[in-house]
Amino acid sequence: MIKAGSPPPGGYDEMFSAPGAAQPHYAAYWRWLEGVSMDTVERKRKEADLLFHRVGITFNVYGAEEGTERLIPFDSVPRIIPASEWTLLERGLLQRVRAMNLFLHDIYHEQEILRAGRVPADQVLANAHYQPCMQGIDLPNEVYAHIAGVDLIRNSDGDYYVLEDNLRTPSGVSYMIENRRMMMRLYPELFARHRVAPVDHYPALLHEMLEQSCHVTHPCVVLLTPGRYNSAYFEHAFLARQMGIELVEGADLFTRNGIVYMRTTAGPQQVDVIYRRIDDDFLDPLAFNPDSMLGVPGLLSAYREGNVVLANAMGTGVADDKSIYPYVPDMIRFYLDEEPILKNVPTWLCRNPDDLNHVLANLDELVVKEVHGAGGYGMLIGPASTREQIARFREQLLAAPENYIAQPTLSLSTCPVFVEQGIAPRHVDLRPFVLSGREVRLVPGGLTRVAMKEGSLVVNSSQGGGTKDTWVLEDGAC
Amino acid sequence: MLSRTASELYWMSRHLERAENMARMLDVAWNLSLIPFAATVEDEVAAPLKITGTLDRYIARYDTVQINNVMHFFSLDEENPGSIYNCIRSARENAHAVRGRITSEVWESINATWIELQNIRRYGLIAMGASAFMDWVKERSHLFRGAAYGTMIRNDAFRFIRIGTFIERADNTARILDVKHQIHAGQGNSAVDYYRWNALLRSVGAYEAYRELYTDRVTAEQIAEMLIFRAEVPRSLRSCVEMLAELLPAVEGEAGLDAKRLVAVQFSRLQYGDIHHVFDIGLHEYLTDFLRRINELADTIQSAYLELV
Repeated sequence: MIKAGSPPPGGYDEMFSAPGAAQPHYAAYWRWLEGVSMDTVERKRKEADLLFHRVGITFNVYGAEEGTERLIPFDSVPRIIPASEWTLLERGLLQRVRAMNLFLHDIYHEQEILRAGRVPADQVLANAHYQPCMQGIDLPNEVYAHIAGVDLIRNSDGDYYVLEDNLRTPSGVSYMIENRRMMMRLYPELFARHRVAPVDHYPALLHEMLEQSCHVTHPCVVLLTPGRYNSAYFEHAFLARQMGIELVEGADLFTRNGIVYMRTTAGPQQVDVIYRRIDDDFLDPLAFNPDSMLGVPGLLSAYREGNVVLANAMGTGVADDKSIYPYVPDMIRFYLDEEPILKNVPTWLCRNPDDLNHVLANLDELVVKEVHGAGGYGMLIGPASTREQIARFREQLLAAPENYIAQPTLSLSTCPVFVEQGIAPRHVDLRPFVLSGREVRLVPGGLTRVAMKEGSLVVNSSQGGGTKDTWVLEDGAC
Repeated sequence: MLSRTASELYWMSRHLERAENMARMLDVAWNLSLIPFAATVEDEVAAPLKITGTLDRYIARYDTVQINNVMHFFSLDEENPGSIYNCIRSARENAHAVRGRITSEVWESINATWIELQNIRRYGLIAMGASAFMDWVKERSHLFRGAAYGTMIRNDAFRFIRIGTFIERADNTARILDVKHQIHAGQGNSAVDYYRWNALLRSVGAYEAYRELYTDRVTAEQIAEMLIFRAEVPRSLRSCVEMLAELLPAVEGEAGLDAKRLVAVQFSRLQYGDIHHVFDIGLHEYLTDFLRRINELADTIQSAYLELV
């Protein structure tokens, strides 16, 4: 078996600094790995598959037969982050999310950042995700993005970059928790050798934050799901169960005189906070998409009257839009008067003629993404595409340049995964989850997604990506 | 609790109970088909079709009543909405819709049953063996009940699970008794009777109970009395309704007054009933009336607690 790992040529590997040489924070793991047999690893992998199936930790695939459930591949080599690195990441994440909440409050109130010319007004006000109905509405704690998932990658230079902010209904946190539980079950001996910071208290923090998000003393908090065929249904049920709150669908709720109620066996019960996992457009068929069967008629006006809290708020999509992304470092400077701790990936906005020309001339080297796309759909990875694919994409791009942004092809860092013959490097990213209530907090860890195909840069679970347990080591442990 | 949640839990346990009852019924039909009573076997094999009211649907698909077809029709046939396969699939869908409200052990017991059932279906009933399959279904049902009983908080969620179980069980016991009694009425062959009455007892898991409660030979009257009135027998009508009479009043809120009244009335009819009276008006008539009442109760529960509007 191949256990002699090495960083890929010109790339950064989380585990190995040179062929066969583990980085200091991986030293203890590497010693353990050298002594473990592949048979054991294979046996544990089968055990994990069986457990995940049995527990039903699955996701539903869009476009496949309704109700098709698949396992997300789980790889049991942990992604380890040393304490010193995490301290920096944590500070950077808190700073970034704080600034984005200030930005959202600002653009739905005084719009100072637009008047100061730091962000072009039309980019915000004409954005499809800008919600005019939120203008002038005061929210408790002035929080918009109660839950934020920030996608980070590490480039070949070894630095972390923010790839994308997710401020609408970010998902994946249940896998962070379940992956940890699985690792502790499969390899308890590893946890005796490492001081891994716990993540299991995330649902408790989330619940506390949701309760603090409104002015009622003992609020009735519910989780609103599109239902069991949604790709993230497992997570919705998991979080509701862990927090001990009701998991509701649109049809379970109704509004009367501006109050939201749920239908219970004992009659209507008032709802104070809705942790919603439904997009803005589907929340209220009276205000938005009239065909939506998922939402609650009258919810918007109840919300605007301040009788119910939505987490996340309506209209947060304007801040995590890919066309707004390039301005986030400036938001940090503008609102906090601080220098950004986390780097942004250089980005060309195809709506600007100069940028568009540059992008068209370099399509074979760039990654081009749809501004409103998500889940790895509708993007071009130049270096990995054929001439025909590039030619076809060029036409799409020219037809609507304002729909696209472009970034250099970053070489995502790699982390070893178990393969049949031993271990092999695969590309990874990292999504920590930031909670904003009266204060801004996060648990030490996140979801590490991994492209299971050799050389692939697409980590999305809808495109065959897998996940890993993410260990943040406590200080003094490495 | 949410009406939708209550509804999913109620139907989850009804579907599982139905699967178990089906397995019991099939087990008996299968065993009787192995005993050579040329003239009467067909009635026994057709009994599950009559009990569930699916004879027409079956004939449309298979022409003749033949044991292997009947077994397939009720166990793994995807086209039969009442097959064990479909009952378990529905139960699993109900459970999936409310997995946030049941304990992980209850969910896993149902989910694992569904995963295994798909494997069984791939290889067919013959490969596993009919008796082994029926035993497996019963075991999985016991496991579900044990997990629910042993891990769930005693709240309305738990109550609606139990209510579903007993509504379904009462309905099933009444149907089995009714159909079997009609088949047997008027036949005097004692050897045949012996096997048939014993088979009926086994199909409601009450063979040992009968031996313990009645020491003399098996008679139609005593079987009817046991399955209708005896409080000690867990699948008797009285036991089922007694549980309902205990569970319904404990459900929170004022919504279900009608249901609570109906169940109290029905319980006192069973508590103070008399088997001679039953045979005076006719067992079939009595059971038909009971089925009408239990279904009225189910409808009332449905509209009081489980419907969204």
